[in-house]
Amino acid sequence: MKFARETWLVFQRQMLIVKRTPIRLVIGITQPIAYLLLFAPLLKPALATVGARSTADAYRIYVPGLLVILVLLSSLFTGFGLLAELRAGIIERARVTPVSRFALLLGRAMSEVATLIGQALLITVLAIPFGLSVRIGPLLLAYALLIVMGLLAASLSYSIALLIKSPAALGPLINTFAQPLALLSGVLLPLTLAPHWLITIARWNPFYWSTNATRALFGGDVSDPSVWKGILLMVVLVVPVMWWSVRLFAQRVR
Amino acid sequence: MTSTAQSATAQQVGQPPPELMISVRGLRKSYTVKQKRKTTSVDAVRGIDLSVAGGEIFGFLGPNGAGKTTTMRMLCTLIEPDGGEATIAGIDLRRAPGQVRRRIGYVAQGGGTNEEVTGREELVLQARMYGIGRTEAERRAAAALSAFDLTDYADRRCSTYSGGQRRRVDIALGVIHSPIVLFLDEPTASLDPQSRVRVWDEVRRLRAEGMTVFITTHYLEEADALCDRIAIIDHGEIVAVGTPNQLKHEISGDVLTVGLAGEGQPAVELLSRLPFVRQVEAPDSDALRLYVDDAGTAIPQVLRGLDSAGIAFDKIELQRPSLDDVFLAKTGRSLRES
Repeated sequence: MKFARETWLVFQRQMLIVKRTPIRLVIGITQPIAYLLLFAPLLKPALATVGARSTADAYRIYVPGLLVILVLLSSLFTGFGLLAELRAGIIERARVTPVSRFALLLGRAMSEVATLIGQALLITVLAIPFGLSVRIGPLLLAYALLIVMGLLAASLSYSIALLIKSPAALGPLINTFAQPLALLSGVLLPLTLAPHWLITIARWNPFYWSTNATRALFGGDVSDPSVWKGILLMVVLVVPVMWWSVRLFAQRVR
Repeated sequence: MTSTAQSATAQQVGQPPPELMISVRGLRKSYTVKQKRKTTSVDAVRGIDLSVAGGEIFGFLGPNGAGKTTTMRMLCTLIEPDGGEATIAGIDLRRAPGQVRRRIGYVAQGGGTNEEVTGREELVLQARMYGIGRTEAERRAAAALSAFDLTDYADRRCSTYSGGQRRRVDIALGVIHSPIVLFLDEPTASLDPQSRVRVWDEVRRLRAEGMTVFITTHYLEEADALCDRIAIIDHGEIVAVGTPNQLKHEISGDVLTVGLAGEGQPAVELLSRLPFVRQVEAPDSDALRLYVDDAGTAIPQVLRGLDSAGIAFDKIELQRPSLDDVFLAKTGRSLRES
């Protein structure tokens, strides 16, 4: 109860800051929208080989990948925000209170993910006039999966930020591994098109499984085995990764 | 020495000997520093003992890098000590840091306000972080804003505040939950003189409300003007503790220079006999230098003595040792240089 209340307090404050700095939302969503409007229309012929017989099919394949990019990449960069708040003394001010350290981190991760889910919703809605059609049940499940993916990526980012501590080094580092991580998830084109060796590597990437699951859910097929695999993997991973970041947060913050 | 200083303060402030609010024994902290691929251990704090009584304003005076902030952050539960023990407001720091957090307030040197939110919003959030309900938190925020004279800026974003306003918000945030002990790290660093005096007034007000205040500072004036007692810290060790006056007297006492109109010898003989005069020097033929314990009581007696002996004099000057003289005597260098 105490923990839920504290997480809520932190979440609320972070959301207030998001509301006060709308420019960050605009920047975050410009790129996905550009891809949706300027790139996705090319996809129907390109995706014909993986079974896209209509524009709707092409969007069902492309939009979930776009949402994974949005959630994954933005969450991976949230460590920056944490470092900035550490520098400004905002975290320290909270750490001298009896507030749970876990709540301080979880509330932040949740506000980050909530913002991204809002942006994801906007992109989904924008894709509808282009011909995207989805069933509401699987779509909700896909969003739930995106939330867990976001929490996982954000915790990972917090851990890396707490280990590196320098914003100047954090940017290049995250860029270096975020791009291959996203590409190896098959966010642009499904990896069913990929040569065998590429798939072999991708199978080691947890986000490959969750991207497949998201895509299957956008396709409306809850019974596809990739769905339970992707969800299970994310849920199993998010717990230890979060625990790790909270431990680092409690130990490493000076 | 600590215990005598303690009782002297209690008498000076005119209070019965209050219970100890901060009690520290052998507190230690070292850091590992990587330099040119070699890892070296730096002892930031090397076994500190100190006691602070309830209702005191206790100052930690020392140059940058002396270990002031490290000590304070250990006492505030922000970093774990390597050794030693401490009780804050009766609670064991290492055994129950959570309990300590409920009883203390801490204001970091750089503050910790968010640019995008208002002072009032920050105060309400801070109160709620201590488990205070929304209505009560809003009431406390309003009270704090008025007490710190911030009501006019309460609903502006923190990014618009001046240095002095921001500092007052920081301190208001540190006391929103009515802590028993307040820790202020360099409360007036980089403030203009007016804002500095303003902050001192706020600190005195909080003490008058019953709070015990522990501050770090590298400003001699601040230690002198604000603190009941100070500890001088250098290279991670306390080198002196006492009231500012005790410390100054300990090293030299006050110096009176008397300008004489005539012959000096009778005056030297007369003044040397006075019990409170430690030493008399005659650097020039027309001047005497007296080392006395306390110039305040010495001056009238010196004047009376010279007068009744019929010795003519034309001026009397007073020099008091500064805390910098104390620092110089204790550490071998001036605080202004370091």
